[in-house]
Amino acid sequence: MMAIPLVGALAMLVPANRFLRTDVAVRVFGTAVSGATLLVAISAATAFDFGATSRMQLEVDREWASAIGLRFHLGVDGISLPLVVLTALLTFLCFLYTLRHPPEGGRIRLLTALLLVLEIGLIGTFAALDLVLFFVFFETVLIPMYAVIMLWGGTGRRAAATKFILYTLLGSGLLLAGMLLVGAKAGTLDMTELAARHGSGLSHGLQVTAFALMGLGFAVKAPMWPLHTWLPDAHTEAPTVGSVLLAGVLLKMGTYGLVRVALPLAPDGAEFWAPWLGLLAVIGIIYGALACLAQRDLKRMIAYSSVGHMGFVLLGIATLTPVGVNAALFGNIAHGLITSLLFFLAGSVKERWGTADMNALGGGMLGTSPRLASILTFASVASLGLPGLAGFWGEMLALLGAYRPHADLPRETFVTFMAVAALGAVLTAAYFLRMLSKLTHGPSDGTAEPRNVPALSGPAAVSVQEYAAWTPLIALTLLVGLWPKTLLDVTTEPVRALFGGG
Amino acid sequence: MIQSIDYAALAPPLILAVAAIGLLLADAFDASRRVLSLLSGGALAAALIAVVALAFGDRRDTLCLPDGLRGNGPRSCSYVADDFTLLFQGIVLGAAVVVVLLSLQEITDSKMPVGEYHFLLLAAVIGALTLVAARDLVLLLVALETLSLPVFALVALRRYDGTASEAALKLFLVSVVSTAVMLFGISLVYGATGAMHLDRIAPALSRLPSDLDPVATAGSVLVLAGFAFKVAAVPFHFWAPDVYQGSPLPVAAFLSVVSKAAGFAGLAIVLALGLPAYAHVWGPVIAVIAALTMTVGNLVALRQRTAIRLLAWSSVAQSGYMLAPLSVGDDRLPEAVAATTAYVALYAVMNLGAFAVVIGFRRRTAPLSASWDALDDYRGLARRSPAVATALAFFLICLAGLPPGVMGLFAKVVVFRATVAGGVTWLAVVMAINTAIGLYYYLVWAVRLFTPASGPSYDPAPGLPVRAAITATATAALVLSAAPQIVLQTVTQAT
Repeated sequence: MMAIPLVGALAMLVPANRFLRTDVAVRVFGTAVSGATLLVAISAATAFDFGATSRMQLEVDREWASAIGLRFHLGVDGISLPLVVLTALLTFLCFLYTLRHPPEGGRIRLLTALLLVLEIGLIGTFAALDLVLFFVFFETVLIPMYAVIMLWGGTGRRAAATKFILYTLLGSGLLLAGMLLVGAKAGTLDMTELAARHGSGLSHGLQVTAFALMGLGFAVKAPMWPLHTWLPDAHTEAPTVGSVLLAGVLLKMGTYGLVRVALPLAPDGAEFWAPWLGLLAVIGIIYGALACLAQRDLKRMIAYSSVGHMGFVLLGIATLTPVGVNAALFGNIAHGLITSLLFFLAGSVKERWGTADMNALGGGMLGTSPRLASILTFASVASLGLPGLAGFWGEMLALLGAYRPHADLPRETFVTFMAVAALGAVLTAAYFLRMLSKLTHGPSDGTAEPRNVPALSGPAAVSVQEYAAWTPLIALTLLVGLWPKTLLDVTTEPVRALFGGG
Repeated sequence: MIQSIDYAALAPPLILAVAAIGLLLADAFDASRRVLSLLSGGALAAALIAVVALAFGDRRDTLCLPDGLRGNGPRSCSYVADDFTLLFQGIVLGAAVVVVLLSLQEITDSKMPVGEYHFLLLAAVIGALTLVAARDLVLLLVALETLSLPVFALVALRRYDGTASEAALKLFLVSVVSTAVMLFGISLVYGATGAMHLDRIAPALSRLPSDLDPVATAGSVLVLAGFAFKVAAVPFHFWAPDVYQGSPLPVAAFLSVVSKAAGFAGLAIVLALGLPAYAHVWGPVIAVIAALTMTVGNLVALRQRTAIRLLAWSSVAQSGYMLAPLSVGDDRLPEAVAATTAYVALYAVMNLGAFAVVIGFRRRTAPLSASWDALDDYRGLARRSPAVATALAFFLICLAGLPPGVMGLFAKVVVFRATVAGGVTWLAVVMAINTAIGLYYYLVWAVRLFTPASGPSYDPAPGLPVRAAITATATAALVLSAAPQIVLQTVTQAT
């Protein structure tokens, strides 16, 4: 699964005059490679035995550096499988989109290579079962993302890219210290083995320290308030494909890491920090929503909405109950689908009008480009958590989890969190409706002139590639929203196992 | 009393010693530049082969106490060629070969006397080889001085250059002070234990009467000082930037790799073999020194505008990472020593690579511009010579410890692991913060390579030897990135 993008990325090193001479050929090549990866991911999903989702399946386990006990150990279970497929899907859709809508800045060859390396890192992170291997993949993502923002970003890209990489590297340094603390004391780096122990044999103080270190590391990535400040900048400046992957999958590395690494390795530590985690998550929800209300830039608004949504995911994790963690994993996927769609749309808006400033864009998009506006409406409504769409279940279940948190956690605190978070959900609705009323309704009074985009016949049209990239996301949003059981069934059992039951 | 000497064990330094004298003689008879360089490089290669040959054999030791004087004590050999020694000798010699490659053009350009240069270089390498094999305090000190003295001269070899003389004087003064401090420490340890051999000091210290305890405590801390100077740890780090800038660049590379590797080997030997009983004293001291070293190094590196000073401060910071595992005291000390060794080995490759590119870059521009190594001059290098720029970017990313520089990442992982396993978690946190700071300046430099040049640009033409050095280090870095176990495995077996 990872070999294909690797070969593809290496192929990009071949000088331009020998292999795939034109940009178009390179883009087709990238699409083909990521499509092949998606096929492998889907076939892996079909080979996956859904009767035993808590068991690690499709494992690869080889010696790598035995001196430090490092093994090349990969595998997927019900927690990681949806994310692996999501990664492969989103990368493929990104390439599909790039086929006709390449970001400004040229150098498609390099972009293709970077995106493929990014995909390796992401899939690797979700599939790694060895702490150090997990860390290696976790870090692999940084440089390509940095380069994508740096080379194809907007005007403030330098600062945004630097901020992004410094924040996340600081996080991963702490993460490494935390993971090795557990690894060194427990004597093994294998995640399945460590998870099976549920932290037995590790002292309370050690677990508290380790969870704090790992939690900080993941919180930067997730991002959790107040460590989120890199996110709006990075999102605003990144090109469309960068934003999509950043929001769609990169953020999930943080929450996935919390569920996969931090919770099972240091359960005592998790219990100690859970109320704090919950508090910061709730602040994140409210803060994200309020910040969104104040944004003028479409992309920046979506970025802040991510802070809010990831707040719900973190709140779900903080409850330390199967319901909450399930909600978190569900929210992960839902957010991945919806926010990617939103960023695709924002990218298209920017491409058509040359700006993402809501005041400049003005209203009446339903009149000027009805198709784009309806899809935007759909995505926003999904994001604000309308029942029947994917966004609803993640938030709903997280709130439910907070109402009945883990027995050892202070219930009053969490019920308060729940109430405040529910308020946050209302605010979420408020800012999305504000955005829609500004953009799609009303008279078309925008100052921004539509630009001539070669791939489009006019601002009203939507190209085939755009449809191709968006339709799967819309379909999945509907599917997961109407039949949440499809996804919950996959994650429930491994989550139970995570908490020592089941 | 006649002592039997195992000449095979001594072969690597002996080969170099013979070659060094031969060089001096040949120079007196006006041998050509090419012959001298070949002789120097050949001797280093021969010594490297001797080391490899020794590595297949058993542990050897020589210069031991004669039976009559031994009493009932241990064998007490001054010179031991075990796996640890040979590993470090391998690192030192491998790095020295690269340094010679880098020097060839530099000698011509800087109008340095070629015979003296190679002689001094070989002499310093002899010091390094002996240092890593020494197992008694006197030999350690002598080796340390053998390593230091030629370097003073090497630094000052560009006699017409004021900064070179200043650098040499600075190096000399700091070195003398730290040697004096170390000598004082040695005399205190000797006074307390009555022994010079490390395998005698260790047991003596563990059953030391309590009234001698303060003496031995002071002694062991002071002994650290000499090594702190060699590895450019805070507070003995002030010489590094000025000396790196003032000296010929290959000498700076030598200082930052060969001399530092030897220093760490010596430190590990003294701490692990001689002073384990005082681990509760030097453990925290080293932890504080390590934290200070990496923080100061990184913070100052942030402000640097020239490549060489940036490398100097970054190598100070890297010393901090290498020191960190040793701070665990005698809790899991072998693991810690292995971690430090692994880091030193990996660092040698990455840092030499970075130096090689900087030297190659200087080659093209030196005659044209006064500010040849400002970081801004590296703008657009990727356009002019993509291969060299990619290599430099790769080395920098390795030093920062991020994929695709997996090698650097593993170096960091090993060090973190040893530190955390030894229970010094706060130091690991400091280290994590420092990694982020360090990344910034490495990255800023790497990014410059790929941004278009603003001013006039120069014609790329690094000489063949420099290109060979870059290729060699880059290949090594790539191989180690894919298969880090080569180093990790060797290190674990050797320590």
